[in-house]
Amino acid sequence: METESSIIINDLHISFGDMHILNGINLTVLKGENVVVLGRSGSGKSVLIKIIAGLLKPDSGTIITLGKNMNTISEKELRELRQKIGFSFQNSALYDSMTIFENIAFPLQRNAKQLTKVELEKAVFGALDAVGLEQTANQMPSELSGGQRKRIGIARTLILKPELMLYDEPTAGLDPITCIEINNLIVELQQRYNSSAIIITHDLTCAKTTGHRVAVLLNGQFVSEGSFESVFATTEPIIKQFYDYNFIN
Amino acid sequence: MQKKIRKYVFTKKLDAFFIGLLDASQFVARYFKEVFKGPFEFAEFKKQCYMMGIKSLPLITLTGLVTGIVFTKQSRPSLQELGAVSWLPSLIAIALIRALAPLITSLISAGKIGSNIGAQLGSMRVTEQIDAMNVSGVNAFKYLVVTRVSASTVMIPILMMYFAFVGLIGSFINVYVGENTSFISYFQEAFSPISFLDVLTGLFKSIAYGLTIGLVGSYKGYNASKGTEGVGLAANQAVVISMFLIFVEEIVIVQISSWIRLA
Repeated sequence: METESSIIINDLHISFGDMHILNGINLTVLKGENVVVLGRSGSGKSVLIKIIAGLLKPDSGTIITLGKNMNTISEKELRELRQKIGFSFQNSALYDSMTIFENIAFPLQRNAKQLTKVELEKAVFGALDAVGLEQTANQMPSELSGGQRKRIGIARTLILKPELMLYDEPTAGLDPITCIEINNLIVELQQRYNSSAIIITHDLTCAKTTGHRVAVLLNGQFVSEGSFESVFATTEPIIKQFYDYNFIN
Repeated sequence: MQKKIRKYVFTKKLDAFFIGLLDASQFVARYFKEVFKGPFEFAEFKKQCYMMGIKSLPLITLTGLVTGIVFTKQSRPSLQELGAVSWLPSLIAIALIRALAPLITSLISAGKIGSNIGAQLGSMRVTEQIDAMNVSGVNAFKYLVVTRVSASTVMIPILMMYFAFVGLIGSFINVYVGENTSFISYFQEAFSPISFLDVLTGLFKSIAYGLTIGLVGSYKGYNASKGTEGVGLAANQAVVISMFLIFVEEIVIVQISSWIRLA
């Protein structure tokens, strides 16, 4: 892990209508660091990473993603920045009218137009190999299982070799064995590409396996932050309750 | 979550209406800004032209043919009373080129193409496929919206011309059966009263309708929310709003072309 920061968030606020979703968030993610954001459903975890990726604009506060201030970034700069960010969506968000090969090739074709067919194929099969699903290249997303779709979603982000990965509930809706596979994949990819990551989850096994650091989001604010062990060593009832409802070995 | 007290300029609904109007204007402005700016998504544009044009041909052919036959059949008795059956080809041609072809083609397209765009983009929005495109450095607006709006603007005038042609063929079949008129004399008679302004007005109308259908369908789909219910709503509103705007545009364009004719 390096001391250089991938993300610096300072006093971030966002509301939807009358509801305050994020209420003064501060967070720094170092280069090569995996930070897990834990929180209950509806606590604003997904909103947070959508702001980091520039999909939502905050009401106030500053956010520096890979050295770019998201408040002042131009449309062109944002598109360039996004090529360095991988976003794994909760429901994979695969393009359902395209095959798996086309899904993975799509961002590369649009961002590196000078690539030859051979180079493109090599890159696509390289990404598929990284997630162990080369055999699915000609299948449609609807033909894959939830776990496979999740892996393909991650492969699609890997094709642009991102410096920063954002995982939105990577293990949601998957069986325990597939969850372990996905957790291991997240760790493996971080080690292979030395990328930073924010992992949004409410699954403590995922948090323990994948995170260097854990931050607990409650009522729009981080109430606890640190290593997994230090966060859950607390006697704070709301955090203890979170722990007690999960099964940790 | 804390509750926040919020004041509205007018009422909550009226504010939402004006915000929606502003949002729609910005969407239209963005289309015109992006359509002339490279890089162009030709492959996707061609695919959309195929989907909107070729795939609509069976429906347009059937509707055009039936319109031509029925309109001729219904008009004949009135013209017979006046002893003016020979005017039948020109009457049908004027009606088709000036009004029926642009209007019927666009109404069919609002149902078929508009709802398709609304549902397609709506489902892509609610399943986060549009967000996925944006976060991978792809300009989703250009790839999805600009191509679809441009394709509908190009294809609906072509479909309109095809509708008019098929309508005239349908009319000819009816006239041939009734009066045994030859193909050449039918079309000579049909095109004799058609002026350049008639063709231009019909073409202009269908371009305006194509643009409207593409923009409304894309706007509704691109901004869909609330899951599958939102997708249905986007498709439905794409059709209803497009049809409403087509009728408004029809009245305005007919009025303007009448002034030009009188001038």
